[in-house]
Amino acid sequence: MIRSARLISSVKFGQKNIRQFSTNWWANVQKGPEDPILGVSIAYNKDTSPSKINLGVGAYRDENGKPYVLECVKKADKKIYEANVDHEYAPIVGVAAFNQLAAQLALGEDCKHIKEKRIATVQSISGTGALRIAADFFARFLKGKTAYVPNPTWGNHNVIFADAGIPVKSYGYYNPSTCGLNFDAMSKDITAAPEGSIILLHACAHNPTGVDPTTEQWKKISQICKERGHFVLFDFAYQGFASGSPEKDAAAVRMFVEDGHNIALCQSFAKNFGLYGERIGAFSILTESPEQALNVESQLKILIRPMYSNPPVYGARLVQAILKDKELTNEWRSEVKGMADRIINMREQLVKYLKKHGSTRDWSHITTQIGMFCFTGLTPEQVDRLANEYHIYLTRNGRISIAGINSTNVEYLAKAMAAVTKDN
Amino acid sequence: MSTLEKVSERIKNSLFVPIDNNNNMQDSINSNDVSGQVPTLFANVPLGPVDPILGVSTAFKADTDPRKVDTSVGAYRDENGKPYVLKCVYEAEKRLLGAPKEYLPIDGIPEFNKLSAKLLYGDAMNGKEKRMVTVQALSGTGALRIGIIFIRKYLPAGTVVYISRPSWTNHHNICKESGIQSAEYAYYDPKTKGLDFTGMINDMKAAPNGSVFVLHLCAHNPTGVDPTHEQWNVIADVMREKNHIPFMDCAYQGYASGDLDYDAYSARLFLNRGFEMFSAQSYSKNFGLYGERTGALTIVSHREDVIPKMLSQLKMDIRAMYSSPPTHGARLVTTVLSDPELTALWVKELKEMSGRIKDVRQKVLDALIARKVPGNWEHIVNQIGMFTYTGLTKPQVDILVNKYHIYLLGSGRVSLAGLNNKNIDYFADAVLDAVTSTQ
Repeated sequence: MIRSARLISSVKFGQKNIRQFSTNWWANVQKGPEDPILGVSIAYNKDTSPSKINLGVGAYRDENGKPYVLECVKKADKKIYEANVDHEYAPIVGVAAFNQLAAQLALGEDCKHIKEKRIATVQSISGTGALRIAADFFARFLKGKTAYVPNPTWGNHNVIFADAGIPVKSYGYYNPSTCGLNFDAMSKDITAAPEGSIILLHACAHNPTGVDPTTEQWKKISQICKERGHFVLFDFAYQGFASGSPEKDAAAVRMFVEDGHNIALCQSFAKNFGLYGERIGAFSILTESPEQALNVESQLKILIRPMYSNPPVYGARLVQAILKDKELTNEWRSEVKGMADRIINMREQLVKYLKKHGSTRDWSHITTQIGMFCFTGLTPEQVDRLANEYHIYLTRNGRISIAGINSTNVEYLAKAMAAVTKDN
Repeated sequence: MSTLEKVSERIKNSLFVPIDNNNNMQDSINSNDVSGQVPTLFANVPLGPVDPILGVSTAFKADTDPRKVDTSVGAYRDENGKPYVLKCVYEAEKRLLGAPKEYLPIDGIPEFNKLSAKLLYGDAMNGKEKRMVTVQALSGTGALRIGIIFIRKYLPAGTVVYISRPSWTNHHNICKESGIQSAEYAYYDPKTKGLDFTGMINDMKAAPNGSVFVLHLCAHNPTGVDPTHEQWNVIADVMREKNHIPFMDCAYQGYASGDLDYDAYSARLFLNRGFEMFSAQSYSKNFGLYGERTGALTIVSHREDVIPKMLSQLKMDIRAMYSSPPTHGARLVTTVLSDPELTALWVKELKEMSGRIKDVRQKVLDALIARKVPGNWEHIVNQIGMFTYTGLTKPQVDILVNKYHIYLLGSGRVSLAGLNNKNIDYFADAVLDAVTSTQ
């Protein structure tokens, strides 16, 4: 920090005159690319066709294609309103009770780390915010390490790490010919990564492919990470949303913790609580000792304060109100299962209608994949045809959001997909 | 060291954490890694210093003394020392019950952004809308951070951001974290407890052309010392000459004088004078929405054609930080500002809150005079907004904290909202004791 205004009077700005100077500030600002995912919604919104379908953004839609506000959320909302709570600042780390409940939901109430306070948890701006805090923290305290993400992965992973100054590489993951997991490549690449690399794993319902490792495969990955001394970072955005059971969906995370990995964990409550726009998430790091947890927490606070000071309280209060109340928690469990079940059902319907409309392709991956997304295997050209000829919108990597499908449009979608893949 | 001592240390040394590979930090606590089992990569993570402002608040909360008074954090309190939920906000919340919680666009609610720009810039904006870009931000901090990142990326390399001495401590942190150099310009004169206008102008003239100056719209934090409207005009003259870029930090519009337009004078002046400029707005105080993190960043250009490009870059930076902003607070503000009745109610409540603060200032001055506390205390009513730079020294602050359990910052900054009819006398007694016993 410079204390005197005179110190840098020697900085040169060239001989530009003042008038030219002042109009040219932004001349070198390039127009950035449209965000590919959110760009799909823009195109969909412009379309006036009555049969248009939006299979872009990963936000749940109910049977009528409408956004779904969970009943338990409505009840929690009403409770908070009637209590006339204030809007005071949360601490930098967020609402403490929420942090505790979030960690317990992911790791289980019996988690030793939680009981022994060997965990630092901070409320975050949903999953993205958690990942950004993680990346900034690693850039500072795991200097020189590279982050490994699956190929493919959520596009924003690369950008988040890049903005934090962390180099990113990918490990093999998706096998386009099987539309399933390329476990060989995954194991090989993670093994080959330099010791102590940061390995990002999707805890369940991989985005964008929907392809998850089996329990045995997870066990092997855990073993490899141990042998290579890797640091494991879980991106956990779909707890409860994948299988319908929050515990089942947490299996990989809990397995790694059992195996002794002091993981970092990024949780999002956007999908499983339907709180997308309220930006509620949590970031945790498991540590060796309570002192370390305090040290880590203090450093996370130093990262958060110049970013946004403290997190938004509303979403945290909603989740807290639900998870601390037995009845509301049960209601949440059945609602998240309801959402998951509808997704699973739509997958089955889609395959059924594809067959019915004469497609001879193997579409079984649609039902073996899990979660909101499905990697259809469609090519960019086929995707373009779906948009231009059928008013069906999805990202050009062939990813569809199953939530955009319902019993009214599933047959139309199947017909269209069958048509554009006919000669392939 | 007690928490507050650490806090005071930080403020005195104006330190934020310098990250170095050797991790040589004053407050470093080496973890006792006795496990020897799975090696951890984080064994050498040091304990970071407590945030100077929020740390004091933490200490206050932990204090069990019944007489304790909190004048640390800049959050409004009513006559009974309680947080105040604005009626217009509560009504807006009623209307929003059960509303869908879909993702917002990356740059937030369009209506919110328009209303925010209009609130700040008023009629000065007319005809200029197309060459202004506004994005919803995570309150004032978030707006500053995104704006400073943008400055680092697109202004010439070596551009320095000038921050008043003193200023909100987080200003320098934000610059540091964004990788841009910050410096100081003279501002507060401890002798007069007012503005060092000559020093400020001299520093503006000495700074290299095209520097960024963070200016507080009104109700300067932490001193409460604002330039007069005439002085703002002179500041604008100098900045025009030097081609400096104003970055208005607007956290208290409506809170200073009670009049939204009066408080916005400086921003509108710069806009009218044709500056390319930035503004960071916060709705924390004037809407009481502290924890909802509601704010807006506006950038003004001379040209319309660059605006879409600028917006696309801002969106990329936001996307990589938190994807999109939270809906709740912005919806509340939008609901109020799009409803004339609710807006009228808001204006009334704003006048009441700022009115109470003004009243507290007068009462504090009266109480100090009545006790014949040595020194000149007029600055308490001359300063404006939520804070007053009392001029109390560190030893005097310590007496207030340790003996009287009155929490304020080590700099002597008092957040007046923490005072009311029940504790002003107690506060004045404490100040009398502190001043006389340290003479």
